Amino acid sequence: MDVTIHFKEIDHKLYGYVEGEIDTFTASGLREELEAVKITEGLEIELDLSKVSYMDSTGLGIFVAFYKRAVREKGKVKLVGLSNRLQRLFEITGLSDLMDIETDKKVELR
Amino acid sequence: MAALGREKMKQLEAQYKKILADYIVNQTEKNLYIAQNFTRQLIQKNISPEDVISIHKNAIAEIFPDRMNEAQPAYDFLIEVMVHYGMAHREHQSLLQKQAEYEMEMKIATSIQKALLKTHIPKLSTVDIGMLSVPARKMNGDYVHFFYHRDDYLSVAVTDVVGKGVPAALCMSMVKYGLETLEYAYKEPSYVLEVINRVIEKGVDDSMFVSMFYGCLDTQRNMFSYASAGHEPALHYNAKQDQFVALEAKGLLLGVLPNTKYTYQEVILEDNDIITMMTDGVTEFRGNDHLNSRQIITSVIRDNKYLSAQQLCQLLYREIEKIHGFDLSDDFTVVILKK
Repeated sequence: MDVTIHFKEIDHKLYGYVEGEIDTFTASGLREELEAVKITEGLEIELDLSKVSYMDSTGLGIFVAFYKRAVREKGKVKLVGLSNRLQRLFEITGLSDLMDIETDKKVELR
Repeated sequence: MAALGREKMKQLEAQYKKILADYIVNQTEKNLYIAQNFTRQLIQKNISPEDVISIHKNAIAEIFPDRMNEAQPAYDFLIEVMVHYGMAHREHQSLLQKQAEYEMEMKIATSIQKALLKTHIPKLSTVDIGMLSVPARKMNGDYVHFFYHRDDYLSVAVTDVVGKGVPAALCMSMVKYGLETLEYAYKEPSYVLEVINRVIEKGVDDSMFVSMFYGCLDTQRNMFSYASAGHEPALHYNAKQDQFVALEAKGLLLGVLPNTKYTYQEVILEDNDIITMMTDGVTEFRGNDHLNSRQIITSVIRDNKYLSAQQLCQLLYREIEKIHGFDLSDDFTVVILKK
């Protein structure tokens, strides 16, 4: 299974919808798509991961790299819609303290 | 053909025509053998398949001039086909050769890595130590490092590089040499993580980092101190209470931010207690989300707590391999300490 990302720009805010499984084999495509994003000062980017059914540590690496670039180029990145599994992955790795992360609200309510 | 020159080509054509004519008259093994030897000459002179057909066509035209009218287009057609066939064939051959070269280099790299990153399991009278590390592919992205001082102290670093294969292996060599320079500070988990973090942060690109669990056992005080950099928590089996406790210690992955601080925790280790450290290759059950990996690991350990530390590692590997249908997708590393 592959991974795809679609971007939408609304009111100067960039929304990215990621869908699929992110692992060693599918990661490079996603990395290229994210590297191609032009980050301008103050740009807010929100990546929705609610349709990510699997992610391994390579996937984590991609988001950290993107986050670090955004910080350097003075943009803002937020990850939203994380499943419990993804949330745990970000917690164990200590990344949830560093990055702006929002869990899947629907999951939380349940 | 151009390189060979018209003269040489004419010579080959004449030779071929003679061999073919002889064979048409007398279909013997000997005549066939002569043809075989001639093929070697063609290969030496780098004659392409389509040129061989063209040589054959010219020979037939001279031997059976009256039949050529019908056969001519068919031969021309075959020559065209062979031009493309020859190109595809050459490309295929050169790819095969390249692949063989890569495989050779990979083999060399793998054996260098094995030699560089070989972990020697220490034998102490005060604690039973077991370790198993099995790579999913050729190169291992996990690494275990031990420090010890007489029977009094044992430190262990369990590390996992993000990503697999060659880049992971290269990064791991860096971690190993970083650890080796820390011999003087091996009793201080937070300090070790802080130093290795700086080493990796300087040396590696943004998407490359390492998780590490670092623990130090003081066998005199029965104290296990530990710190974690984004690593899977270790499991502490308390024999007296027959209970497992996850040794959680919050800490960012190594290589993300330059001045990350790490805190350490301490836990008392009593007789028959078991500490299990592992990488996510042990706990990650992709496609088997309904299974609780922690429950499986703890029940294997509890049910077999009388085995030696090494036997426990092996058993855990076999059980988890079975769940994954004998096809583990991630490097698998487990270290077990038994008091």
